[in-house]
Amino acid sequence: MSEYLIKNGHVFDAVSGVKGDKTDIAIKDGKIVEKVSSKAKTIDASGKTVMAGALDVHAHVAGPKVNLGRWFRPEDKIYRGEMRGGIVKQTTRMEQGFSIPSVFRTGYCYARMGYGFSMEAAMPPLYARHVHEEIKDTPIIDEAALPVFGNNWFVFEYLKEKDIEKCAAYTSWLMRMTKGYGIKIVNPGGTEAWGWGLNCLGINDEVPYFDITPAEITKGLIETNEYLGLPHSIHIHPNSLGDPGNAPVTLDTMKLAAGYKAKNTFGREQVMHLTHLQFHSYGGTGWGDFCSASKDIMNYVNAHPELTFDTGNVTLDETTTMTADGPFEHHLSALNHLKWCNVDVELETGSGVVPFIYSPNVFPCAVQWAVGLELALLAKDPMRVFVTTDHPNAGPFTRYPRVFKWLMSKKTRDAQMAAFKHSGKVGDATILNELDREITLYELSQMTRAGPAKCLGLANMMGGLSVGMNADVAIYNLDPTKMPADPEEIEKAFQNSAYFFKNGEIVCQDGQIVSSGPKKTFWVDAKAPENKQVTRDVREKFLRYYTVTQANYEVPDSYAPNPFVIEAKANV
Amino acid sequence: MKTVTINLRNPPALYLEADCITPDSFAGKTKDEIANLLVWEGRESYKFADYFDVSGDPGATAEETRIEVTGDCTKVKYIGAKMSAGEVVVNSSTDMYTGAWMRGGKLTIRGNVDSFSGLGMEGGEFTVEGNAQNYIGASYRGDWRGMQGGVLRVKGNVGSDIGTFMNGGTLIVEGNADVHIGTHAEGGTIIIKGDANRRIGGQMVKGTIYVYGDINYMMPGFQYTQDVELEVDGDKAVFAEYIGDLGERHSKSKGQIVYGKLYRKK
Repeated sequence: MSEYLIKNGHVFDAVSGVKGDKTDIAIKDGKIVEKVSSKAKTIDASGKTVMAGALDVHAHVAGPKVNLGRWFRPEDKIYRGEMRGGIVKQTTRMEQGFSIPSVFRTGYCYARMGYGFSMEAAMPPLYARHVHEEIKDTPIIDEAALPVFGNNWFVFEYLKEKDIEKCAAYTSWLMRMTKGYGIKIVNPGGTEAWGWGLNCLGINDEVPYFDITPAEITKGLIETNEYLGLPHSIHIHPNSLGDPGNAPVTLDTMKLAAGYKAKNTFGREQVMHLTHLQFHSYGGTGWGDFCSASKDIMNYVNAHPELTFDTGNVTLDETTTMTADGPFEHHLSALNHLKWCNVDVELETGSGVVPFIYSPNVFPCAVQWAVGLELALLAKDPMRVFVTTDHPNAGPFTRYPRVFKWLMSKKTRDAQMAAFKHSGKVGDATILNELDREITLYELSQMTRAGPAKCLGLANMMGGLSVGMNADVAIYNLDPTKMPADPEEIEKAFQNSAYFFKNGEIVCQDGQIVSSGPKKTFWVDAKAPENKQVTRDVREKFLRYYTVTQANYEVPDSYAPNPFVIEAKANV
Repeated sequence: MKTVTINLRNPPALYLEADCITPDSFAGKTKDEIANLLVWEGRESYKFADYFDVSGDPGATAEETRIEVTGDCTKVKYIGAKMSAGEVVVNSSTDMYTGAWMRGGKLTIRGNVDSFSGLGMEGGEFTVEGNAQNYIGASYRGDWRGMQGGVLRVKGNVGSDIGTFMNGGTLIVEGNADVHIGTHAEGGTIIIKGDANRRIGGQMVKGTIYVYGDINYMMPGFQYTQDVELEVDGDKAVFAEYIGDLGERHSKSKGQIVYGKLYRKK
């Protein structure tokens, strides 16, 4: 393998603590090393910003729900992306789609932005094969997927009996069957209730026919997660997403994590990761008095180190919403009258898809935009807040550079605020105008690199540039000693990296993809004692309810030809 | 206004995608620059001059540019697509997507057009002297933004699914129309001067459809209200008014429920 020496770049790295000093980075055999031989190829990064490869903790980039969006939104492709890329360029495959890009475009766009890892945020276990097929076909980036557990019949039954050992035995089995990475919870209880035309709007609303509440499901899965000692914590999308006045429900959910301690060998400290918190931080009683509740939410988060969250920033684009929160999607289609699709996944979960336009002329959309930025700007510890757009729900992931620009420049936030149709009313309903903070490049490296890596239990190999870590290195055309007067240049720099190394190989140069890279699928083999009762329950449920046989359920190894398996040991 | 005449000297074996035939892309260019514009045949790209002879000069802007097209363009797609001003006249039939997403100016086809012509049209004047195929003035597949504005006139007959998701503008068919007219419409006007087949105004929320001739089969979601005398496209007549589609959601304006309206000439 080749050796590289990146010289004279301004390095921002929270793992080694370098804050923009000129530091040389040496790469050999896919890892960061102390030094390289004289044969190493030298890359001159003077006047440029150097960071580790970024990690996305939450994006919907692979699987049946994403593909459903592709099927029923052909208009997302026309004149967006290249119609004939593969034919013209020969070196790369055709890239299509904007809010639901093709697998090739997904891999290429992440690489252009200097991202080396993306977490598929909701894998329906029954359709795990499809998720892995798409992951396999997505070039360059490392990926993992979180199976959804928050509306699963087995989980409900074991947690109703408060039997964490059985729940853990089932979880460990399901993660192995699906090659999953951790425990995702979407609208706990609510998606199952949707099967009966109902929902769970608060943490104490009982799930119909199951005699269990979202609070019991959430606490039970925290205990299961820490019993298994998984690298990631539970990853939760709380109840009442998107509803005006939902902040108290979010606070109730966060309080469920109080008193729990992270038990794992991967350096993770939190026990609950709240995803797309923007959608859960609203005040008001309806769309008329809709307002931001980011202060209440962040006062709690800042005081509680057992929590991490990602933002879910609205990017003011036409996009496609997709979530395992079926009832929410139905509610949304009734608001915007656009096409709606719903899927029920047997005993496990469900999902819905609806196109959505976050228009700067619509008051609630503008408030949502402000709330997402407020959360990040109010966060005291940049190691616990991560930038996402809940791709594609609040906007496509390709807009991350635009979100960085807004976070790094009050000037651009003010300009956007002034451009809203209802700017006065939006200003009154939010606190963004009062926030002068501008995120620094070092803080950005914490929010997009070191922080997410630690949260996912990958801090020993990703998110930093210390010796021995994976050589995922992004070099941007941004001189931190002479920050551009025009903040648009920040967005431009982060959109197309000057160089991106994935595992020590140059995959992107000046925004052009030059290699498809050594991609890997990450999954967690959670070792838990086998429970005979659980084995019997699984067999019985397959015989009685599932439409597939148990033998056809497992994701075979051929679906993940380049696996990176992390072994977790249960705290028995 | 200055005129550029282009002649299709070398008709394509497959289909030619020539979205560059618009006043917008010709304006301000030299003859050589026009000759070097890109067109596609199948998976290969070619120069405009490989197919067309160019004579005359364009104006400095699209408004001042007129394009006259000669030769048989039956296999040429996207003529006049996205044009915003000026004039295009084609002296033959054309293929799909003629005048699609047109925003302004004048486009005349002295022959037939194929499907998806006038798709998502926003403005301007588009006249087809012959017949048209399906999805005229409709939305792109999957999209909910059909014809938004302008006037699209077909002097002959049209196929099915015209004006799908239409929400503005006027679509006039002087001949007959096949099934699915104004499906999902949220505005705009459709005038059929001949006969209309069936499924007219299905899932229509708002907008107006006039039919002069016979309707083969009415949608059950439409209800007769009254007879009214109206002047439509210069013709005065008495029409039976129907409201619908009653199976759909309908908004309120000034306390009144807004329906889609279907007028049948008596």
